[in-house]
Amino acid sequence: MSVKKVHDNQPKEFKFSDENLRKVEEILKRYPEKNKKSAVMPLLYLAQRQNDNWIPLAAMRYIANFLAMPYISVYEVATFYTMYNLAPVGKHFIQVCTTTPCLLRGADKIVKLCKENISPNENEISKKGNCSWMEVECLGACVSAPMVQINDDYYEDLDEKSTKEILTSLINDKPLKPGSYRGRKNTSPEKILISNGEKHA
Amino acid sequence: MLKKENRIFKNLYNEFGWDIENSLKRDDWKDTKDLINKGREWIINEVKTSELRGRGGAGFSTGLKWSFTPKKVGSRPHYLVINADESEPGTCKDRDILRFEPQKLIEGCLIAGYTVNAHVCYIYIRGEYLNEGKRLQEAIDQAYAKNFLGKNACGSGWDFDIHIHYGAGAYICGEETALLESIEGNKGQPRLKPPFPALVGLYGCPTIVNNVETVAVVPTILRRGGKWFASIGRPKNTGTKIFCISGNVNAPCNVEEEMGIPLKELIEKHAGGVVGGWDNLQAVIPGGSSMPLLPKKVCDTLTMDFDSLIENKSGLGTAGVVVINKDQDIVECMARIARFYKHESCGQCTPCREGSGWMWRILDRVVKRKATFSDIDLLSDVTKQIEGHTICAFGEGSAWPVQGLLRHFRKEVESRCREEPLIKKKLNNPYLVDQHLLENKNA
Repeated sequence: MSVKKVHDNQPKEFKFSDENLRKVEEILKRYPEKNKKSAVMPLLYLAQRQNDNWIPLAAMRYIANFLAMPYISVYEVATFYTMYNLAPVGKHFIQVCTTTPCLLRGADKIVKLCKENISPNENEISKKGNCSWMEVECLGACVSAPMVQINDDYYEDLDEKSTKEILTSLINDKPLKPGSYRGRKNTSPEKILISNGEKHA
Repeated sequence: MLKKENRIFKNLYNEFGWDIENSLKRDDWKDTKDLINKGREWIINEVKTSELRGRGGAGFSTGLKWSFTPKKVGSRPHYLVINADESEPGTCKDRDILRFEPQKLIEGCLIAGYTVNAHVCYIYIRGEYLNEGKRLQEAIDQAYAKNFLGKNACGSGWDFDIHIHYGAGAYICGEETALLESIEGNKGQPRLKPPFPALVGLYGCPTIVNNVETVAVVPTILRRGGKWFASIGRPKNTGTKIFCISGNVNAPCNVEEEMGIPLKELIEKHAGGVVGGWDNLQAVIPGGSSMPLLPKKVCDTLTMDFDSLIENKSGLGTAGVVVINKDQDIVECMARIARFYKHESCGQCTPCREGSGWMWRILDRVVKRKATFSDIDLLSDVTKQIEGHTICAFGEGSAWPVQGLLRHFRKEVESRCREEPLIKKKLNNPYLVDQHLLENKNA
């Protein structure tokens, strides 16, 4: 099991914006009337988006009221799933996959680069205040290893050079394009054989 | 080697465009109405003839699963749930189906939904696949616009709606009952079975849970006939399968191949061979991280299908082939997998919650060369204590890879261990303690 801690500095109030309230209506339509509780996960996502990519306790209370469920149930869900951030993260939130398929192709080097360029520890906002990083478990793009997820996008087929470029671009607030960094088409096999195996990170 | 005309997922790499117009050119939605009008019995029989086995890992017969749903809809509605919570390390096949062949999945959902009497289908996508989910939503909207979904879907007289539900980064939600809990708005902790979801599933109603790939191949099977599908591969292990080849290969890729293809051919023909040549191969994890690894001498002659891998004390699982060559530290690789399971255990059953962390801590000591010989037996004992003593298959999934390591690489592990010290210091090895207390020190 993983540990998740709530942030010390909690805002007092949380309310969905009008735009999000309309989205909530759409979401509630997907589930049977008497099973409104099902909407708790999508609603937590909405709250996270609205509140700079993290969920304050006030939002959990608000959602609990909204869906007429106990606050503790919402809290349980928010702390169980790893993608709900309970503390502030950087504007560019870098998640480095370090599970075995990525590790085999050099994910530890990417972790090292993150430590050097962003912050020495995970979940720490960088000096310039716009990035943070963390190690995560398998992100499901194993044939494009090593890879990182930055906010919603996957950056695949990385090596040290391209990772450095990506990290610098994030620090300067001009993120590069997501996708493969070896120029291949999605998950198709590459025609040029790399025999020495040195081309990946 | 799979013939080109037998390929089901022709757009696996998005060479021809994913949108509905291009999908229609590839024969998606062709005669769907006629297929549905042939009736439930015919569809189930055809799928049974094809001997299609679930592609999500367990390999259960799909036709049989569908036939478990109650024949008549009682007071409770039926549901179809598609499992797109692809989190098994080494596997990324469903992602490509969601991105590039969404219409195959949607058509399969309609057919499967009709067969199991479901008017509503939920597709549970892992939260990280946000872009893939958006793509699928676009594809669903396109299908609605063409009246392939909604009221009287595709002119078949069957009303059918598809909704997407995102997960949020919990591996365990790939287990079908945990997935249902998650849709219901709870923590994703698996339920005791029986009752099976086919009778008591989502919201207490009969529910069929299928993997993305399983459902996506159904329309093609019905169109070309179950016999055609059964003619590919070998008996009981039929059809085509998307293999994900990752790790130390020259050209890692996803590729659709027939079941029962020799592992060596798969790696050499499609993935450009092992880095450093076939002789540099150390081990292969044949079916995603839950399956025990196999050493090179087994890999030389191995064929990739459900039964032959079970004979070799492993399993096809999700067909995520992770290749490990001799440049890698095999113990470290497996310790990393053990850490994955420690991180992802849902915490419901004690053997798994405590045992997964325990296994990781022992393996970590082995990697750091701080373990003693007695630790190896202890490790083996812990895996046996977890296996079979948990509600869901996660227990086996976490114990098997470690057992595989001990079965095939015990010498390697032993070479990193030392004798028990004659004068015993207090080792201060934490065993059965609350993992949260250890987190800061060890994680």
